Amino acid sequence: MDNFKFTVGPAPHIEKTEDTSKIMFWVIAALLPITIGAIYIMGTPALIVIAMSIAGSVGAEALWHAVSKKPMTIADGSAALTGLLLALTLPPQVSWWLPLFGGFIAITIAKFIFGGLGYNIFNPALVARAILLLSWPAQMTKAWLEPVNIDAKTMATPLYIAKKIPASFDAQAFIKSFLFTNKAGSIGEVSAVLLLVGAAILLFKKIIDWRIPFFYIGTVAFLTFAAGKNPTFYVLAGGLIIGAFFMATDYVTSPITPRGRIIYGVGLGAVTVLLRFYSNLSEGVMFAILFMNMLAPLIEKYSRPRVLGMAGKAKS
Amino acid sequence: MALKLSKKTFKGGAHPSYKKELSATKPIAVCSLPDEVILLLSQHIGAPAVAVVKKGDKVVAGQVVAEAESKVSSRILASVSGEVSAVEKRLSPSGQKCPAIVIKTDKENNDIKKFDPIKEPKPEEIINRVREAGIVGLGGAAFPTDIKLQPSKEHKIETVIANGCECEPYLTSDHRQMLEEADALIDGLKLAMKVLNAAEGVVAIEENKADAIELLSQKLANENNISVLALKTKYPQGAADMIIKTVIGKEVPVGGRSTATGGFIQNVGTLINISKAVRDGMPMIERVVTVSGELVRSPQNFRVRIGTPISHLIKEAGGLKANSGKVIIGGPMTGLAQFSFNAPVIKATGGVLVIEDSVNGKKSQNLNPCIRCSRCVEACPMGLVPSALSIYSQVGIFEKAGEYDIDACIECSSCSYVCPANRPIVQMIKFAKQKIWDSEKDNG
Ligand code: SF4
Ligand code: SF4
Repeated sequence: MDNFKFTVGPAPHIEKTEDTSKIMFWVIAALLPITIGAIYIMGTPALIVIAMSIAGSVGAEALWHAVSKKPMTIADGSAALTGLLLALTLPPQVSWWLPLFGGFIAITIAKFIFGGLGYNIFNPALVARAILLLSWPAQMTKAWLEPVNIDAKTMATPLYIAKKIPASFDAQAFIKSFLFTNKAGSIGEVSAVLLLVGAAILLFKKIIDWRIPFFYIGTVAFLTFAAGKNPTFYVLAGGLIIGAFFMATDYVTSPITPRGRIIYGVGLGAVTVLLRFYSNLSEGVMFAILFMNMLAPLIEKYSRPRVLGMAGKAKS
Repeated sequence: MALKLSKKTFKGGAHPSYKKELSATKPIAVCSLPDEVILLLSQHIGAPAVAVVKKGDKVVAGQVVAEAESKVSSRILASVSGEVSAVEKRLSPSGQKCPAIVIKTDKENNDIKKFDPIKEPKPEEIINRVREAGIVGLGGAAFPTDIKLQPSKEHKIETVIANGCECEPYLTSDHRQMLEEADALIDGLKLAMKVLNAAEGVVAIEENKADAIELLSQKLANENNISVLALKTKYPQGAADMIIKTVIGKEVPVGGRSTATGGFIQNVGTLINISKAVRDGMPMIERVVTVSGELVRSPQNFRVRIGTPISHLIKEAGGLKANSGKVIIGGPMTGLAQFSFNAPVIKATGGVLVIEDSVNGKKSQNLNPCIRCSRCVEACPMGLVPSALSIYSQVGIFEKAGEYDIDACIECSSCSYVCPANRPIVQMIKFAKQKIWDSEKDNG
């Protein structure tokens, strides 16, 4: 005991089970089924988009650290994850430079403008997607040209068909393709079943809170059902599954409070349905999430848990 | 009265691995007398005791060496017989040097000077005895027990709760005492009920101590106003606010006393000491301490004299298996890491642990950003948003932390424990609290 080397540090002193990079690892692991499935089903174009997007985001991260001289965080996996998420929202037929640029701006905006992981208000992958969509609309909707067998010039997505061409709309056929092999959409929409496998991993490992996807999807299902439409179709269409489980649950951009997450989920569902029914943006998920990201701090402020004993707080 | 299983619990909390098996099954051993004892003058909440002996004085175990000169204070009694070798500043468990009386032990003569036993004690006699015996709460806060036994007249106590939760990992001293001194515990509980004129008594024990639950249920089978309540095993079940919420269903007002709810909580060890002080005249000069941790050769509970240096206690447990690690006084969730073996056992010391440094090695030098995962929000038993509190503290906006009810924080460490970014949330909260107090003082 004479030469004992003491390590000191603040309580708590025992081993914990969680750390940030482990969480990132599990999120990436949960995205593997859909990523591998998409490459298998869609082939090389999907692989190129995924690789380019990750290269763009990790490259931006490296550049940021070179410029800012802050310690490297590439190892924590967050940049790679952002790149992968962005790729999954893109159609596979885009030119190779588009995902590269997208991945790059996703990280640049999150890091340069908001100051790094933990401080960005908007989901970086979705901001990048929005920018790509506004800048290169033709590229971004190219995907939907080929697989859907209708007039190529309409660039129709299933949601667009449901809204504008009800005569040629067959919900059951779409549902089946959404579940297993849907080529008419972005890479991440290739199979709802594979997405749900990943979602199950996240829920089981308690990485994400069930409240956001449950109330988001539940609200969409309820509102479409109430409007007399086919809720299964609307739940499976337009990237709702990937959005609800993998994007709306992004820690940084969603409310931190349990009640806030319920409000957030319901809000997401309502905005998504509104956009789908009443606007020209038939893909409401992305804008719904970006819109609710903006409200998250406010929701959080007014949904703090009840503090034990505050009611009877001794007057001083 | 029959055993009750509590379906109720509190919201939030954490589930650390408990590691109680290291010491839970071994009987309490009596620790040998150390060469010297270090009696810190401030080892309770309230004013420090004032030394009434000086260097060179001969003292007898059980004799008063420092007197409580204000109401909220507690006297200190010599824990061994011997000679006062110094009245000077010594290292306390918190790492600061604090005034202390050091006694060189006379290992030959060690009879304890006791008080007269009281057969049929009246409430005032119990309170007086508790004060003269120097009893303070042994659960951690070390509030003088005689003061606690005289709550504000507006607070009518209905239920006295013997707190046998012991929710900190590794610690088993309460558990062993419940098994080995069950009769004294029940007697102490009845004495407290008598003083407070309370109708009901409850022994609250976490489910993971099944043998203690069974033993006390048997012993209390014929009592119609005392029951055993088995509570869910969850940290920090043993905290006053949590136990009151679970047992009585009421909330302790923030900044107020738990007695406002009609409940009175006392740690089981304290109740045993009350019984011994009244029935046997035993002064508060020893306590049971868990010596445990993966690096301790033979983890066990020891009955040890107050003031014994932890080095002596660790040797008594067979010494250490390794040459580096973390030495903690208290439990692993809220205890204090040591940088030497010199600090003594004080009245509030429930455990001395030596464990591998599994946490700090991994902590980076930088303060990681909060990733807003909400784990701390879900774990906080008080319903706070620890993440926000830590961020406001970090950026120095302390008023905001006040608006987020920082004063309700019971400093249980659940938030820091679950934080995947390893943020030292509790330390940041304590820092902000201090800043807020300071600025309140400045403003009058
Ligand atoms: S904020 Fe305070 S009360 Fe809440 S978990 Fe953290 S230490 Fe415990
Ligand atoms: S647990 Fe840590 S990382 Fe998660 S929200 Fe709380 S402070 Fe932030």
